[in-house]
Amino acid sequence: MRYATPASAKEAAGMLSKERGAAFLLAGGTDLLVKLKMGMVEPDLVVDIKRIPKIDQIQTSAKGFVIGAAVSGSMIGQHKGLKAAWPGLVEAANLIGSDQIQGRATLVGNLCNASPAADSVPAMIAAGAKAIIVGPQKRRTVPVEKVVLGPGKTCLSKGEVIEAISLPKPEARTGDAYLRFIPRTEMDIAVVGVAISLKLERGVAKKAKVALGAVAPTAVVVPGAARALVGSKLDEAALEKLAAACSAACNPIDDKRGTVEYRTRVAGVLAKRAAKIAFQRAGGVL
Amino acid sequence: MGHDQKYVDKKNYEVVGTRFNRPDGIDKVTGKARYGADASAPGQLVGRVLRSPHAHASILKINVGKAEKLPGVKAIITSADLPDLTGQDQGLADILENCMARGRALYDGHAVAAVAAVDEQTAAKALKLIDVKYKKLPHVTDVDAAMCESAPVIHDRIITRGVEPKPTKPSNIAARTQMGHGDVEAGFAEADVVIEKSYKTEQTHQGYIEPHACLASVNPDGTAELWVTTQGHFVFRNVCASLLGLDIAKLKVTSSEIGGGFGGKTHVWVEPVALALSRKANRPVKLVMGRDEVFRATGPTSSTSIDVKMGAKKDGTITAAVAEMRYQGGAFPGNWAMLGCMTAFACYDIKNNQSIGWDVVVNRPKVAAYRAPSAPMAAFAVESTIDELAKEVGIAPIDMRLKNVAREGTLAPYGPTYGPIGIEHTLKAVKDHPHMRAKLKKNQGRGVACGFWFNIGGQTCTDLNIGVDGTVNLTLGTVDVGGSRSSMAMIAAEELGIPYEQVRANIADTTSLGHNDMTEGSRGTFSSGMATVFAARDAIGVLKQRAAKMWGITEEHVIWENGQAIATGDSHGNLPPLSLKEIAAKSGRTGGPIAGHNEVVADGAGMGFASHICDVEVDPETGRSTIIRYTVVQDAGKAINPDYVEGQFQGGATQGIGWALNEEYIYGDDGRLQNPGFLDYRIPVCSDLPFIDTQILEVPNPLHPYGIRGVGETSIVPPLAAVGNAIANATGVRMSHAPMSPPRVLAAIDALEYAS
Ligand SMILES: Cc1cc2nc3c(=O)[nH]c(=O)nc-3n(C[C@H](O)[C@H](O)[C@H](O)COP(=O)(O)OP(=O)(O)OC[C@H]3O[C@@H](n4cnc5c(N)ncnc54)[C@H](O)[C@@H]3O)c2cc1C
Repeated sequence: MRYATPASAKEAAGMLSKERGAAFLLAGGTDLLVKLKMGMVEPDLVVDIKRIPKIDQIQTSAKGFVIGAAVSGSMIGQHKGLKAAWPGLVEAANLIGSDQIQGRATLVGNLCNASPAADSVPAMIAAGAKAIIVGPQKRRTVPVEKVVLGPGKTCLSKGEVIEAISLPKPEARTGDAYLRFIPRTEMDIAVVGVAISLKLERGVAKKAKVALGAVAPTAVVVPGAARALVGSKLDEAALEKLAAACSAACNPIDDKRGTVEYRTRVAGVLAKRAAKIAFQRAGGVL
Repeated sequence: MGHDQKYVDKKNYEVVGTRFNRPDGIDKVTGKARYGADASAPGQLVGRVLRSPHAHASILKINVGKAEKLPGVKAIITSADLPDLTGQDQGLADILENCMARGRALYDGHAVAAVAAVDEQTAAKALKLIDVKYKKLPHVTDVDAAMCESAPVIHDRIITRGVEPKPTKPSNIAARTQMGHGDVEAGFAEADVVIEKSYKTEQTHQGYIEPHACLASVNPDGTAELWVTTQGHFVFRNVCASLLGLDIAKLKVTSSEIGGGFGGKTHVWVEPVALALSRKANRPVKLVMGRDEVFRATGPTSSTSIDVKMGAKKDGTITAAVAEMRYQGGAFPGNWAMLGCMTAFACYDIKNNQSIGWDVVVNRPKVAAYRAPSAPMAAFAVESTIDELAKEVGIAPIDMRLKNVAREGTLAPYGPTYGPIGIEHTLKAVKDHPHMRAKLKKNQGRGVACGFWFNIGGQTCTDLNIGVDGTVNLTLGTVDVGGSRSSMAMIAAEELGIPYEQVRANIADTTSLGHNDMTEGSRGTFSSGMATVFAARDAIGVLKQRAAKMWGITEEHVIWENGQAIATGDSHGNLPPLSLKEIAAKSGRTGGPIAGHNEVVADGAGMGFASHICDVEVDPETGRSTIIRYTVVQDAGKAINPDYVEGQFQGGATQGIGWALNEEYIYGDDGRLQNPGFLDYRIPVCSDLPFIDTQILEVPNPLHPYGIRGVGETSIVPPLAAVGNAIANATGVRMSHAPMSPPRVLAAIDALEYAS
């Protein structure tokens, strides 16, 4: 196994595309190293992106934020601007693992590991995040909901590296929230995750985006759920419609972490709770 | 009991009952402590085990040719390298077969072959090159299913014991046990209310953080050494020597520091394999299990299925109680259901009671002891039923328990008549506890439950050697799992009348001391404590002799008080006392080193009883339960070091709560374990629990010089039922299936709503 530390995303992309054997990018390593130790992957080449200048920084501009691929969960949690703008996303990122994991785990790693249960992914989708992808030849930008194609599968082609995640500056009176269900208080994988962002106008939901995690092979965007909220002040009827739309959008599996029935049911429950938090964060009064 | 009992009434302890840090504490928190995986030897190889991916399969052929040719591979073994030397001892034969499959893999994870190689990578590669041809056989993992006529029979040799007439055909039922007394039919006829319920509990693992690990070295001359994480190195020595055909005295076993055992390290799993690998390779072999191997192939506790029927009069008197309990022991027979029967009704004085146990085999790993083995499941069923009975009768559950509580003189369902016991004391303390009066909010409920564990004594051997500077080496043979070195040093200091700091307690290897039984059955402090008292008294005898010699007087004029020899009698009263230090300094000229020794079969372990209070909040929309307050009240007999007694109370409660809420082995339809890791086998994390409050009661055990009872196990017995009772009070649903995980609780809440 060889280990490389490229100085730019482009160089990393070049290394990956030239490699004949199994090559893996290493961000925080909290997924990759676990798989390596369990013998699930046997890399010939590990390309560590953490030495790339500025890749561990969060850049703020008038348009929003650009979060480098090596920015850890704890750095996200300490960023006041990001926390004020997208508190739901920051909470989702900070739910990952424990203090030790937070020191390492990244949004990009969470996304590219392509687990259906990844916590930050629904929150990124709800916030309208985009992945900035660098290939050996060209760059492209892809909405986060288009990156994951199935469990363990992404849209990245050989040689492509995600350099950063970009987040828009939230419009006025926007709020987001992410809730997940786990049997314990931490160190668990989401049984259900629900992310909601809402924009209000005169106390009424004007725009909404709802994304679910852990209830289908990939995170799912639920337009029907968003429609249920738009035009409402989150009255009981709207919330019931929201819950029903979320439950209907679930296509989960029965496994050791939860049953189909349970996941479907709890998706609706959490959606109602997340919607209320997002609504209040947007300045709404319940 | 022939032992000197004067200390039972001793009220003024100097050292015992105070709090000292454990001597091993700093090494443990700084990482210096050496655990099972922390030993190495020159030329050592890495051992790895190949395990069956099938729940049940014939092993048609094992081809090791390719693996053997891999450079760096030094030895490969299969069952052929562990010939059966067990003679007529079926228990030992089971252990051997469990360590390495013999023609048949009996569960997912059963060892099939093992490799010793120069490094980890080579060993891992070699495992992949071993070609095993399996023929899959039908399997069964559920205890009820295994008892059915149609179930695949796992062992042709098993004919159910305890059934008349003796069955003619083999089955998965290893034994039937029955016990109790009185006339249960008559008892039920007397009852105004009868409750009958069935329960299930899933399989749980002890979940110790340190995986099994050892370093084995066997020499061609038949001598051998084993460094190992274990709860009992003397027992490991005897078992390994028998399995490998070694002389007991030539196998030196050293116990490492232990990162948790809870019963799981009372049994050998990989140690005989490591020894066999070393014997074949003629080099030391270090073998460390991975977490998945620990889950798949060491000994969790039984899963169970239990029916309970209890009847009571309107005044709350329980007139009859019957339990029928089915426990699986994994792929080999155990006596787990029998232990369930013995403990089920042990907290109560029930005139008519009967317990029937069925010990069953299934295609799962061989069950081992887990902290008060079998008692928590029985208590879950019985203590839940008592709450239902109390509700039906209209009495507070705590009063129902007090009304029927066992006392000194009560005939225990498993035979003996109780001496002084503490269950009533714990219930009264619970009733008076401020926790019982704390207000509950919406969706919150409170539950109380009781628990019992026998505790055991057994063989112990202890040395006490006094150095020329007056410091004392206390040499123990019971592995220190929970801080017993500190407790033993305190006892020695108490007896000798010297400060705690003057005593250093160590655990000896098997060549340095006589046989000691395991640290199990909460026996460590009870039995080693007894041997330490007697060893110290033995040393005091010597100290008095030496003082007499130094003074030139006769021994009968010397007494021992406050750490010094005092000359008594008219003619010697003016002699200044001689301290232990002064006598020790002169020992070279008064007869040589000063030592005390004791070997004993410690009889008279005092039973341990506890009552717990649990407050829970249930989220009615997700079924998730949060423990918001928890109190343990337990009788310790005498708490030598209250810190560690409280630690045992809290640890047991935590494990019980984990079992109550989320811990379970999940098997797929293919008979393979789905969650062999801490991610999906959910033990509680720190943030899951409130601080667990404790109250130590001391009802002395008259059969111990200090009144000690074991305290390590009872605390895991009540939590399943305490949590279940709290959930019932919070939601109105009675959970009959543990763990009471969110999906199960939500389904039960739904069923209740649907019904009403
Ligand atoms: C104890 C523990 C607890 C955990 N708890 C949670 C949890 O609660 N919720 C949760 O969602 N996850 C959890 N995880 C999983 C993991 O921590 C997260 O998925 C984390 O965000 C991964 O980030 P990373 O930087 O460590 O990824 P890495 O392990 O470095 O990488 C993950 C994958 O992404 C690829 N990759 C990395 N960087 C790039 C890049 N720049 N471009 C393209 N591909 C890339 C890697 O090759 C690899 O396949 C947990 C893991 C552990 C060990």
